[in-house]
Amino acid sequence: MSIMQYNGGSVIAMVGKDCVAIASDLRLGVQSLSITSDFEKVFPVTDRLFIGLPGLATDVTTLREQFRYRVNMYTIKEEREIEPQTFAQLVSSTLYERRFGPYFIEPVIAGMQKTPAGGYAPFIAATDLIGCLNFAKDFVVAGTASEKLFGVAEGLWEPDMEAEDLFETISQTLLNAVDRDAFSGWGAVVHLITKDQVITRKLKGRMD
Amino acid sequence: MNTLVQRFSTTGPAAEIRKAKEVLGEEDDVVDVMGFGNLASGVPKFSIPGVPDPSAFLKMHTDDFADPSCRIKIKHGTTTLAFRFKGGVIVAVDSRATAGSYIASGTVKKVIEINPYLLGTMAGGAADCQYWETYLGIQCRLHELRNRERISVAAASKYLSNLVYSYKGMGLSMGTMICGWDKTGPAVYYVDSDGTRLKGDVFSVGSGSTFAYGVLDQGYHWDLSDEEAQELGRRSIYAAGHRDAFSGNTINLYHVKEDGWKFIGNYDVSKMHYDGPDGRGGYGYDLRVEGKSSANPPSSA
Repeated sequence: MSIMQYNGGSVIAMVGKDCVAIASDLRLGVQSLSITSDFEKVFPVTDRLFIGLPGLATDVTTLREQFRYRVNMYTIKEEREIEPQTFAQLVSSTLYERRFGPYFIEPVIAGMQKTPAGGYAPFIAATDLIGCLNFAKDFVVAGTASEKLFGVAEGLWEPDMEAEDLFETISQTLLNAVDRDAFSGWGAVVHLITKDQVITRKLKGRMD
Repeated sequence: MNTLVQRFSTTGPAAEIRKAKEVLGEEDDVVDVMGFGNLASGVPKFSIPGVPDPSAFLKMHTDDFADPSCRIKIKHGTTTLAFRFKGGVIVAVDSRATAGSYIASGTVKKVIEINPYLLGTMAGGAADCQYWETYLGIQCRLHELRNRERISVAAASKYLSNLVYSYKGMGLSMGTMICGWDKTGPAVYYVDSDGTRLKGDVFSVGSGSTFAYGVLDQGYHWDLSDEEAQELGRRSIYAAGHRDAFSGNTINLYHVKEDGWKFIGNYDVSKMHYDGPDGRGGYGYDLRVEGKSSANPPSSA
């Protein structure tokens, strides 16, 4: 079995109208043995930016701290908050630094990006485990249920969804995809990001 | 004379059938024996790959022997259990089928109803269990007709174990419990494709069996009431479905008594977690500890 599937877990991010959403399951297991149902894989970076880190659990913790350190250094030196686009580049180069001995994580980034006009535009991105960036306009997925997430998202996603519709879509996509994956599930958490607030909701999921 | 001409002519319907059989590579008489069409004549014969070592050839093409780049994925991952007690035999199974990490089905019937007095459970190769336990049902019926008496569970299980032993090394994969009620009372036998056959009171088979045994051993004693025994079977499969990634979805529960088996019900594992079998308190850990200590405050707080 691949080390990417050792602990299990999945993340998805979606774009809506003036909003983005990022969601993950809550399972942490050791191969077929499920250990805990409160292992979050999505972390806040700024007030309008989140990162999801599905993959090997030890690297989830390591990379979270690594990114926290680098974002803090950026904030101090630049005297401003990091923008999603910039953060995506930081993630990419951090991962490529370990090109020949990578972290076993495929990050997903979701946030609201400042526009030159002074507004905010939705932003999502994902990279592979050595930092190849993928800027998608609709949705990005990663983790053990990624194939299933692609399938369900492809069927449910529509352009320009309002915040509540986006919440329903990302929730249904995640919940139904992880029900077809043995290594993901055991509950879920959804973060709904708009320009001036973040709504976080925990979802009840199948517990088997 | 006419029939003789027909047999060797190159035109006409008989020749057409002959040609078709040649194209399909079927030998004339073996065809009927392969399915369950004409079994009275003996043990079914299978066509074998035309290579020097057929079982090595099969291994090459299945994931059964840890080949990650396998082409044929045999479905694995299961929890099944059966136990004997005062009131008969309880048989409980999950319903998940996985191919790698993909949950291929959540509605598999893993209890095979061999006849009104015999049940078999399915773990390992689904097709192997289904085929051979159905075949066992036929042989049990023939035994009844020949001897004017129902076959004992001991004899039925021995028939199956001898049969799979004759195929040893050929890649059959089954771990099954043959359960029933005969002259001697309730009986459970464990039979697997290695040829092992064990008589016992409590068995559990599959990737989730360790979790099921944990609950089963803790709650088992001979004098269980019918309701208590059914609850123990259900609770044990729930535990396995909860903790084992390759088990879950639903529970199928059977109870074998003196007058044959009875299907008790189908229960959703997730519903058991949150609500329990009667809607009065789920099996879930969080639900049982909520509000019991400061570490687990009530959800409203």
